[in-house]
Amino acid sequence: MTILGFPDAAPAAGLGGGILIGLAAAMMLLGAGRIAGVSGIAARATGISDSGMSRSSAWMFLLGLPLGAGIVALMSGGLDAQFASPVFLIVAGLLVGIGTRLGSGCTSGHGVCGVSRLSKRSVVATATFMAAGIATVAIMNGFGLEVLR
Amino acid sequence: MIKRILPPLLSGALFGAGLALGGMTNPARVRGFLDLFGSWDPTLAFVMGGAVIVMAIAWRFQPKMAQPFFSDAFSLPSRTDLTPRLIGGSALFGIGWGVAGLCPGPGMAALVIDPLSAAIFVAAMLAGMFLVRLTEGAG
Repeated sequence: MTILGFPDAAPAAGLGGGILIGLAAAMMLLGAGRIAGVSGIAARATGISDSGMSRSSAWMFLLGLPLGAGIVALMSGGLDAQFASPVFLIVAGLLVGIGTRLGSGCTSGHGVCGVSRLSKRSVVATATFMAAGIATVAIMNGFGLEVLR
Repeated sequence: MIKRILPPLLSGALFGAGLALGGMTNPARVRGFLDLFGSWDPTLAFVMGGAVIVMAIAWRFQPKMAQPFFSDAFSLPSRTDLTPRLIGGSALFGIGWGVAGLCPGPGMAALVIDPLSAAIFVAAMLAGMFLVRLTEGAG
């Protein structure tokens, strides 16, 4: 399935993937009574944060992420992926780590769980990181910076 | 034991599968979505939309439940204050997201897609998180 004018878009796979993510987050909410925020769970598992679910649960959730992605990769015979070069990965990782701790969440906690709850903080956070991401890519492209290998 | 380990593992695996199916483990696609003023790829909007619709339904059930299925009580954020810390932190996160096209979930899911690249990103991310913890401990 394609959208007229956007030949590279994959709306059906995107929607299907989104529904799976929503089900995973719903399972966390209705099953464990918690928010499926990946940055918070990562901080909890590594002991950077002391609050949240049990550390063993946090590790189990994190372990599941590559497991689930690996199953999809196997079933689809490999996935296309183009990553940034190491310098950009390090700069980006540091910013994402610092930003998600200060901002109390990322795309999953704020963008999916918070926005769907119409949390004021999450709506503002999501609008902010979306705008910052769009501006960053626009500026980098404006300077002709090639990031992906 | 099984009851404690299986639900978070299953939730994480569903989450990771959704990220991979939706193309979010490919930074080129994520950066394509953020490239609003260039060759825009709207796929991420469908991922976000699908996830938000399902979760919006889950949020309708949550208040009707006395307690979660596998736990004694709900433990959910209740803050409503907008602080410079929230907005500044989210802006820094957004810049990092734009630079490499990765956020925490896809970064970890991608450990099976491109292990070295994902490991570099995740290590730097944890270092950044630890840095915040350090400065807060000192302050």
